[in-house]
Amino acid sequence: MIRNWIQRITLTDVIVWGVGILILTGVVWGSIVTLGIGKYSTATWIDLTISGLALGGVYALIALGYTLVYGILRMINFAHSEVFMSGPFTATFAAQALIAIGWWNRYPWLSLLIVMAVAAAVSSSIAILLERVAYRPLRGAPRLVPLITAIGASFFLQYTFRGLYGSGLKAYPEMEIFKGVWMLGSVRIFKTQAAAIVGAIVMMLILYGIVQYTKLGKAMRSVSEDKEVAALMGINVDRVITSTFALGGASAGVAGILYLLLFPVANFFMGFFPGLKAFTAAVLGGIGNVPGAFLGAMVLGLLESIGPNLFLDGLGVPAAGQLKDAIAFTILVFILIFRPSGILGERLTQTKA
Amino acid sequence: MSLLEVENIHTYYGNIQALRGVSLKVEKGEIVTLIGANGAGKTTTLRTISGLLKPREGHVKLEGEDLASYMAHEIVYKGVAMVPEGRGVFARLTVMENLEMGAFSLSNKEQINRNLERVFTLFPRLKERRAQVAGTLSGGEQQMLATGRALMASPSVLLMDEPSMGLAPVLVEVIFDTIQQINREGVTILLVEQNALMALGVAHRGYVLQTGEIVLSDSAEKLRKDPTVQKAYLGME
Repeated sequence: MIRNWIQRITLTDVIVWGVGILILTGVVWGSIVTLGIGKYSTATWIDLTISGLALGGVYALIALGYTLVYGILRMINFAHSEVFMSGPFTATFAAQALIAIGWWNRYPWLSLLIVMAVAAAVSSSIAILLERVAYRPLRGAPRLVPLITAIGASFFLQYTFRGLYGSGLKAYPEMEIFKGVWMLGSVRIFKTQAAAIVGAIVMMLILYGIVQYTKLGKAMRSVSEDKEVAALMGINVDRVITSTFALGGASAGVAGILYLLLFPVANFFMGFFPGLKAFTAAVLGGIGNVPGAFLGAMVLGLLESIGPNLFLDGLGVPAAGQLKDAIAFTILVFILIFRPSGILGERLTQTKA
Repeated sequence: MSLLEVENIHTYYGNIQALRGVSLKVEKGEIVTLIGANGAGKTTTLRTISGLLKPREGHVKLEGEDLASYMAHEIVYKGVAMVPEGRGVFARLTVMENLEMGAFSLSNKEQINRNLERVFTLFPRLKERRAQVAGTLSGGEQQMLATGRALMASPSVLLMDEPSMGLAPVLVEVIFDTIQQINREGVTILLVEQNALMALGVAHRGYVLQTGEIVLSDSAEKLRKDPTVQKAYLGME
């Protein structure tokens, strides 16, 4: 029995588990050391947690696009980063226009709503276009084919927007109402972060409500289970797929505005990292699973925000803060190795994929 | 004019011909059964009628109207509903959501509620389990759900693909009783079955399909007594 088990272990297993255990030990050891020295105050930890939640909220809204599309088409829409970029990048121009006519600070909420609507509309249209042009003709092709197209479409969109809006950075103007901080008791919270967290939560509830309770949402879930039977119910499968892309796009557009509240600069390349992180979040939570995407995004946002200070600092890593991307992608690699189905693992991926 | 008329359809999977000129008619109010061995083309015939497959030749007509230009989801709006092979319930949706999806083609709330009432009267078990996720139902309950879901669309023709598949004999009896009951309520049924004995027991007329061709058609009563049918499909010597 034990001999069998030993015989089945390959060198790869040993290395993978070795590295895994090493990293885990590092994380635990680093955390103990950091907490032991007491280098950071409670206030710092709270700050980091809040910024992690804000970031997680943004990731969650982007991750939803990956997860919805995967749920229905079993493909990763790697051009989703550009869907995310297109909306807010365009919205910076809308913001400039609103400043020019003097609405920006006079009607801040209305302006925010307009900017979000512009971002959502643009991202949504790009997503619909992407599906129609790049994916629909390849429906039924081997799974690798749309993946390659996605990467091509991603570059195409990046450079199209670079051509349209230039390669420079576009500043997203600050709003008076989001300047400064709020104090919740002794907890300090940046108004922009509060807005991002609240905005993300509201949007998540709306999207979850759509998927769970509307006729469209139920049709989406039916199509994700069985396209043929869905058609036999009278569901127009193509239209549902289009709606799915539209919904994911709109969510990414709103996420883009929240992202600009946190990091107020837009450019044609802004989608790349948030897109990859959101993909990581979707995989972490269990791709194809809507609550999973939210959960994965929050976990990732928190790890990325707290991680560098918590365990990298304790290990004596210099400039720990710059390694937050490394943390995110290490998580991706290990999730793919040890639990490819993610935290809330979708059971059907094995049977249907 | 027949309610459903299939005229000389030739259907292919890629280059493999599955149907070689199948013709059949279903009159309003009938139960017609299509029997035949595995691979004879029974399911293919139903899939061609429901629009999931398009025939290379021939026509499918509903009340005289050619369905060739309609997609599968549009044919549902014409009044054709299907209980697919292997039931095809949406396993992760609740029983209630499955039934709601069955009524996807309807927009009249009152009609939907009436249909729901009717399905719950027909299958009280579904009412008990309406909040349950469909994947957790037993095989028999899933068959009830698939049938009820198809009825939610207020179909004029119901296509049923192997409703007895994988069910215990007692449940098969129940399902066939319901088929007759549904028919008495005015739904025309085209029933595909491997269980020829049961199918010919409830049907008015029958067709025998063999390697993509109709080889025999008659009233169910006469088919039951036909020596070749008895030998090949009813397991009698």
